[in-house]
Amino acid sequence: MKENKTMRETIYWTVYNNDSGGPTQQLLLFSSSVRAGFPSPATDYASDPVDLNTYFTRNPAATFLVRVEGDSMINAHIDNDDLVVVDKSLRAVSGNIVLAFVAGEFTIKRFVLKPDGAYLEPENPKYESIKVSSPEMGQVWGVVVGVVRKFDKDHKHDNTFRIS
Amino acid sequence: MTTRFALVDCSSFYASCERVFRPELEGKPVVVLSNNDGCIIARSNEAKNLGIKMGAPYFQLRDFMEKQGVAVFSSNYELYGDMSRRVTNVLLQFTPNLEVYSIDESFMDFSHLKEEDVISHSKQLRERVLQWTGIPVSVGVGPTKTLAKVANRLAKKKAADEGVMVLTNTSDIEAALEQTEVRDVWGIGRQHAARLQAIGVGNARQFRDLPADWVKKNMAVTGLRTVLELRGSSCINLEADEVPAKKNICTSRSFGQPISTLSEIEEALSTHTVRCSTKLRRQESYAGAITVFLLTNRFAKDASSDYYSSKSARLPAASNSETQLLRYANALLKQMFRKGERYVKVGVVLSELVPAEQVQLDIFSVENTEKQDKLMMTLDNLRQRFGHAAVKYAVQGEEKNSKWAMKHEHLSQCYTTRFEQLLRAR
Repeated sequence: MKENKTMRETIYWTVYNNDSGGPTQQLLLFSSSVRAGFPSPATDYASDPVDLNTYFTRNPAATFLVRVEGDSMINAHIDNDDLVVVDKSLRAVSGNIVLAFVAGEFTIKRFVLKPDGAYLEPENPKYESIKVSSPEMGQVWGVVVGVVRKFDKDHKHDNTFRIS
Repeated sequence: MTTRFALVDCSSFYASCERVFRPELEGKPVVVLSNNDGCIIARSNEAKNLGIKMGAPYFQLRDFMEKQGVAVFSSNYELYGDMSRRVTNVLLQFTPNLEVYSIDESFMDFSHLKEEDVISHSKQLRERVLQWTGIPVSVGVGPTKTLAKVANRLAKKKAADEGVMVLTNTSDIEAALEQTEVRDVWGIGRQHAARLQAIGVGNARQFRDLPADWVKKNMAVTGLRTVLELRGSSCINLEADEVPAKKNICTSRSFGQPISTLSEIEEALSTHTVRCSTKLRRQESYAGAITVFLLTNRFAKDASSDYYSSKSARLPAASNSETQLLRYANALLKQMFRKGERYVKVGVVLSELVPAEQVQLDIFSVENTEKQDKLMMTLDNLRQRFGHAAVKYAVQGEEKNSKWAMKHEHLSQCYTTRFEQLLRAR
């Protein structure tokens, strides 16, 4: 997308070639919003506003969002319909909450290594932990690094334009 | 200075993308179909081993594939595009000197690496792409781009867990060229390959050793360049990252089923025109001319007339306004449309493109042009934020459930680009 020209002013210094008399080159002198009155004292301190993307994702190429179904991780503050942020570049260590693929399904559980094998443990006494005794039974897909929740449930899935 | 290039190629890319989100398909045959579920355009190794051919019509293989338990997907370019971008971003960590050659291939400049580090570097790259994105890649390295391509082909044939082939010393290159048929050399077209075959040049080594004069005379400079590249002197550099602006922009789609009514074709054409003019504005160009083409069913027995018809119009002044382009497109369509014909495809081509900064303004409508520019910018922004269907013209109709909408009965979710289609987990 080209920048909106009407929003910005660009000032050029046109250099003339003395031999031909024609303009040969334009030098960019200044490019900023130009207003009458004092220039903003903040210009020298310009910075982008904080961005939730950078807060949640250290590694965008390996980051995936996953929608949570059910309450098996409720005691880890992961609720039904939340989004979890999954970083696929991280290798799970014992104690991490992970996205795993077990018995043909994706599941979010705490990954715990015990002397007798790897476990996927829920954070809700209603559910049982799953013992993963071989790689064929299941695999860790990525490590959950954050959870995103909106309180306004109606707009949770919303990415269409609404006129109210 | 000695040069060194790597070609990184995603293995069965479309099928691999589908597998990332369907891990149960690991080790199982997977195919992906072309637009409209027409024919097979991507196969996992398991599908190749079943003898499923590239380009085979889907309807012919449907029963066979069902029996064999082949997972079938409609092409989901939204997903593949995003996964491709992710792979590229991982590759960029290894070197910024990278050329995205296609959706599943990138050339990288490895000249800076010490010779003894090349293999470990390539293996590390391969592991990282797989770990971070789930996409398996093969890496071929050689002193020129053409030799990197040769190496990559051989890397793919090696055991699946290696996937790396580095060609540095003369004897390795010699052996690699012996194993490569001349028609598989990058830049050798089918006609040249047949011709070379006829004079007894079957493999890439024989081709490399032809006299330069003969090659230049018979295969022009491009052929000579390929020979020199095979000899190890680099003639083809990495292309600059910016894709050169296209000279023509085309958008066309086959209909889900044949159509005989004008209004339905208008809906499809209008939708294509809006998409096409969006592409036009994205590359910051204006179009000087517009062409509409219309295809009837080539295979129908009663095909009474030409299978392909097209009409063009020159615009009074170069334009990027979709409202204007829509008027022209639909007027051209009306001139071509014949009752009783069964049409299977419509498309629009924008040509005589001029970069935005060189546009000759129509002096009688400068004000109008500015208004249009603002409107188009607003539309582009809205569509970027809310999706392409966010702002539509009445003439585009409702794509869903229409006859012209593409058939994609086996479409997977856009797991990474749409909130409502994210992966779900319990």
